Amino acid sequence: MSSPEDHEHDHDHGHKADGSPLNYADDSRHDFDETDHYPLMVEAIRQLVIEKEIVKTGDVQERLDFMDSRGIELGAKIVVKAWTDPDFKARLLADGTKAVAELDIPMADAELVVVENTADTHNLIVCTLCSCYPRTILGLPPDWYKSKTYRSRAVNEPRSVIREFGTIIADDVTVRVHDSNADMRYLVLPARPAGTEGWSEEQLTEIITRDSLVGATVPSIN
Amino acid sequence: MSATELTAPLYKTGDTVRISVAYPPGHRRTPDYIKGKTGIVERYCGAFINPEERAYGFAGLPKKHLYRVRFDQSEVWDTYEGAAKDTLDLEFYEHWLEGEPS
Repeated sequence: MSSPEDHEHDHDHGHKADGSPLNYADDSRHDFDETDHYPLMVEAIRQLVIEKEIVKTGDVQERLDFMDSRGIELGAKIVVKAWTDPDFKARLLADGTKAVAELDIPMADAELVVVENTADTHNLIVCTLCSCYPRTILGLPPDWYKSKTYRSRAVNEPRSVIREFGTIIADDVTVRVHDSNADMRYLVLPARPAGTEGWSEEQLTEIITRDSLVGATVPSIN
Repeated sequence: MSATELTAPLYKTGDTVRISVAYPPGHRRTPDYIKGKTGIVERYCGAFINPEERAYGFAGLPKKHLYRVRFDQSEVWDTYEGAAKDTLDLEFYEHWLEGEPS
């Protein structure tokens, strides 16, 4: 079984041996101590709802397994559709939630905003308050996305952050950062790389990486 | 407060707004770093159950209008080193916004 943290790379953006890019190791875990107040409360509630037969033990695990099993497949499907169907792309940028519903992709309670990378604009997504992320289409967020380092630096030095992930954004390209702090969820529509003309949907799907859908990287065919 | 009806949104795309400088206790969805900054409404997002109420078991009704506001990075950070055109967008419930509707 592949975890959401596993993703294929045919390019190098400087992963350390533990799989985390550069200095975006999971410092979010520093917040988490199993003997702390909140984890104990969560565990107590879990045991209570099982004891009172509101949910079964298996339900909790099943739900966790389902969340773990989701990857970027739906997100990649949306991008490939937008790359190959200009009318869909226009609808997607105008109203993300409505457009992905055409592909039978529900957004649960959130609304989807799709932001397009072009020759003159690059977008980067962050949630400074917690770790809001379009889980229904991208699965669980990577550890670096939840790290305090990323959350604080993405808003005030996005160009350095993107550079550390391996991409240099030219000075004449506008960088737009989106702090996902309320009810919207964001998907970056990467620019379709030059040299992919005539590619099949399967080939296009293969070059789409999780990090490129957040704007930390760009898809590459090399 | 007995407001139970959702009124029409005050602002629209292109309006200039300032983010309220307030530090109420509790669950708030407006980060401190953006308080007091001025930006332009990028879009109206719709009306949503108020998470600042729902967090404490209230219904969060009437719903609150939500907007995306775009700021120049140079307006947000004195030390911003990127290009002058770089921007930062955030979402705000209407009660966080100040400024005359156009």
